[in-house]
Amino acid sequence: MTMGATIVNGQAIRPDLIRIASWVERGSRVLDLGCGDGTLLAYLRDNKGVDGAGVELDDDRVIASVRRGVRVIQQNLEEGLALFDDKQFDSVVLSQTLQSMHHTEHILREMARVARYGIVSFPNFGYWPHGLSILAGRMPVTGQMPYQWYDTPNIHLCTLKDFEDLATRLGLRITHLAAFNRQREVRFLAGWRSTLAVYRFESPGNTGHGA
Amino acid sequence: MVSLSTSLEQSAPRDGDPTVMPPVVPQGSVGVVSPEFIAFDEPLTLASGQVLPSYELAVETYGTLNADRSNAVLVCHALNASHHVAGISASNPKDIGWWDNMVGPGKAVDTNRFFVIGVNNIGSCFGSTGPASINPATGKPWGAAFPMLTVQDWVQAQARLADYFGIRKFAAVMGGSLGGMQALGWAISCPDRVDHCIVIASTPRLSAQNIAFNEVARRAILTDPDFHGGDYYAYDTVPRRGLSVARMLGHITYLSDDDMAAKFGRAQRAPAENGEYHYGYDVEFEVESYLRYQGEKFSSYFDANTYLLITRALDYFDPARHCDGDLAQALSDARAEFLVVSFTTDWRFPPSRSREIVSALLKSRAPVTYAEIDAPNGHDAFLQEDRRYHSVVQGYFDQIAARLALGERTMTNGVLA
Repeated sequence: MTMGATIVNGQAIRPDLIRIASWVERGSRVLDLGCGDGTLLAYLRDNKGVDGAGVELDDDRVIASVRRGVRVIQQNLEEGLALFDDKQFDSVVLSQTLQSMHHTEHILREMARVARYGIVSFPNFGYWPHGLSILAGRMPVTGQMPYQWYDTPNIHLCTLKDFEDLATRLGLRITHLAAFNRQREVRFLAGWRSTLAVYRFESPGNTGHGA
Repeated sequence: MVSLSTSLEQSAPRDGDPTVMPPVVPQGSVGVVSPEFIAFDEPLTLASGQVLPSYELAVETYGTLNADRSNAVLVCHALNASHHVAGISASNPKDIGWWDNMVGPGKAVDTNRFFVIGVNNIGSCFGSTGPASINPATGKPWGAAFPMLTVQDWVQAQARLADYFGIRKFAAVMGGSLGGMQALGWAISCPDRVDHCIVIASTPRLSAQNIAFNEVARRAILTDPDFHGGDYYAYDTVPRRGLSVARMLGHITYLSDDDMAAKFGRAQRAPAENGEYHYGYDVEFEVESYLRYQGEKFSSYFDANTYLLITRALDYFDPARHCDGDLAQALSDARAEFLVVSFTTDWRFPPSRSREIVSALLKSRAPVTYAEIDAPNGHDAFLQEDRRYHSVVQGYFDQIAARLALGERTMTNGVLA
């Protein structure tokens, strides 16, 4: 990833993760889907007293999470979240993974089932240089999506508007959006100018306030 | 291989015989070890209602118990293992502990920081009181009269062992297979005495298929004419054939189909001319030879009554039984942090059974980490040297050490060296 990092307590944290952390309430329960090496959960534990759990499939990342003292469940997300109870968590995070999942709708529904709030980040296909690339007759290859068309794990790419449409259809009420281009947060014309979008939504059936 | 002369001199006293060479102690080994035998005179009331009036436990320990007794790890054994978890047996230098790749200085369970206890369970046949021991009431071997045991009874006996060492709370209780059931039993029945519970290649209860395999194994023993109703000691014989068949059957369930295919395939043991079959019932294929050898070896040192007893204890294990099958409820009082590990090719206690434990722990809001290791060795993988598996256990124990302020790891030996 090309995004710049902030150093917190000796750990390098990407700005999108810092933003995600800002949406998580102190002392709450967080499930991080595709938790990688456990960076976000370790940060949330150390800085916000969060009671966290991660899900990760990759052996090396599971081991890295264990070494950080992050609780991790080794499992393929495509199999769903059957291990987890309804509303077992306050927030569930799916960071830069949605675009590579086969069952996009299913995982979003599952997220809404297990937690009150969902946080999803994905590369923004609507980033304007992607359009230029396509006009020039080429699939876009950029920092956030550094893959050639034939070896990309990204099978479900979308734009901000595309995601918002799906969220509406699934009854997910979007409460926050943050968009990034490299290490900077983008506030103006985010749909064109950002490479990474991060949404927070409230799951259907919640009566509480979402902000 | 590096010999650690200091640990050797300490632990292998010799009787001035210059011809006996001490065994070479590999780096990361706890060295040459001898069991201690600890007697308990307080009667033990068992789950069956029967009472064991007194008993002795064979125990090995490695590392040093710290001043506040917070660094103790209890290792629970499975069906056919013992207190000899690590190191080189003083009485037989070829006898290396059954989990020697896991436990030692600088290994995943680092004896430089942890005090590790290996205990032979009651009912077993490696030094603790069992069916072959003398019944004080009769002066003869217990035999068939030895009381039936459960996992819970073992946990109770182990808790008294903890009292003996003055250990109020274990840093971790760990085990694979049946050993994992004991760890789970500890977390449920002694919630304040377990900080971390490590359950490897285990299950919350046996399936009908698991019980069926056990039943066939038991029938092999019980129907052996040399069994004599369990009192074969008096006839100076053992039901060797039955025990051997039981072991052969068990052994099949410990290996994966792929593992067996890779090890043996359809290779013939000693083909007739031109690779032909012998057309008979003697050993034709390598796999038969292997199983017969395993069965015969096992029946020469393992006690048949112990095999019956332990397979039955496996059958009976079901902590959710008193909660209408709700494992989460059974685990609701547990206070430990959990590490659950399963192996993808284990069809005896497959990952789906470990996931049941994980799911119940998550429901009961217990902190849990779960690793599903893609290892080819079936159930036996929990004894093997898989790097990912050992990395998970080592990483977890290093975190336990950090949490309990037991110091940093100063060396890495064994699988991850």
